[in-house]
Amino acid sequence: MNGVHDMGGMHGFGPVEREEHEPPFHAEWEAHVAAINRLVRPAYYNIDEFRFGIERMDPAHYLRSTYYERWLATIEHNLSARGVISPAELESRMELLQRDPDADIPRGAEVVPVPPAPQPAAGTEAAEPRFAIGDAVVTRNAHPTGHTRLPRYARGKHGVIHLVHGAQTFPDSNAHGKGQDPQVLYNVRFDARELWGDSAEPNQTLYLDIWEPYLAPVSAQA
Amino acid sequence: MPYNPEQEPYVSLRTKALESLLIEKGLITPEAVDSVISMFEQDIGPLRGAKVVARAWVDPAFKQRLLDDASTAITELGLPEGSALNVVENTPTDHNMVVCTLCSCYPWSVLGLPPTWYKDFAYRSRAVIEPRAVLREFGLKLDESVRVHVWDSSAEERYMVLPMRPDGAEGMTEEELAALVTRDTMIGVAVVQPPVAAAAAN
Repeated sequence: MNGVHDMGGMHGFGPVEREEHEPPFHAEWEAHVAAINRLVRPAYYNIDEFRFGIERMDPAHYLRSTYYERWLATIEHNLSARGVISPAELESRMELLQRDPDADIPRGAEVVPVPPAPQPAAGTEAAEPRFAIGDAVVTRNAHPTGHTRLPRYARGKHGVIHLVHGAQTFPDSNAHGKGQDPQVLYNVRFDARELWGDSAEPNQTLYLDIWEPYLAPVSAQA
Repeated sequence: MPYNPEQEPYVSLRTKALESLLIEKGLITPEAVDSVISMFEQDIGPLRGAKVVARAWVDPAFKQRLLDDASTAITELGLPEGSALNVVENTPTDHNMVVCTLCSCYPWSVLGLPPTWYKDFAYRSRAVIEPRAVLREFGLKLDESVRVHVWDSSAEERYMVLPMRPDGAEGMTEEELAALVTRDTMIGVAVVQPPVAAAAAN
């Protein structure tokens, strides 16, 4: 989706602000969010569903959130989508803890998490790579509304196959309950002038990992 | 975006509510949460990456294996294979830097938890369109003749930079060399300082 998360090439965010001797976490809740995600994700949502949950945040909320707030948002979203914790349940638990921070919450018997409903078959093994190192390619100028990993700045652009990584889970399918749907992944090299025109800095190359469905041979589009 | 403490009471309460529901439902235990947190907090940071770099500097055959197949090569140092790793080499004519514009993909297995600036909007938006300007903010001025290679991590492949061995590091042991290698040099926003300068900075 053409979301605010797709930031490559945007202006206006100011200088890169660094912090000397940065701690692993800036607050206790951040560590808890990271730990909760580590513990529940394997049973309830995959990495692409995790990322798509962040992408679907309200854009204004995304922009004013810190990194772990975005994680919290997608954990909530995915657990709600799986029927594990509803938004209403969460709101009411917040009210309870606000009234009584030391409320005695019963601890449930440990359960084996119910794995997500079986996803459609992952499809056949990905075919032989269509492209080889050195081939000229052009990225598709497509704007899917779902999860996708081809940034806007690199759509409809000419590049050259730099590496062939081999078949890997296709995020556009995996984020939408359509199985892993492995597709050949390449690394594609672009000259910065192809991406940024006259605004490009001198002498720059950019590399992106790109799945085969995002690519067309140059001749097909010429 | 810098850390904003104003939001903390709300987000902190929300996290606590979520965790208490998961515990109540028996889906996680407080012990498991504590144990994961302590794993994160004892995060060893970029030490693994520094070891890999030092070995590549002293062993050209290892360096070649690293550039050809980093995921396998790092297991020679007793490191776990982890996620798919690619190592890209800096030379006097070519400088590499790594970013993730869509989220914050980072080679955790060798560099540990990413710094906040790597996850912030400024770096994610600018590294691909004005890398030299970003590098100047990090204090690194590259000659125009040096080609800048920017790796935008858009899949599950991870990228780490093999920085150049500094002058003045001849005769140092592998361990001493590893101590010169900082996290930022392996993201590609800094170069490894010669031993004298590194000692003065510590």
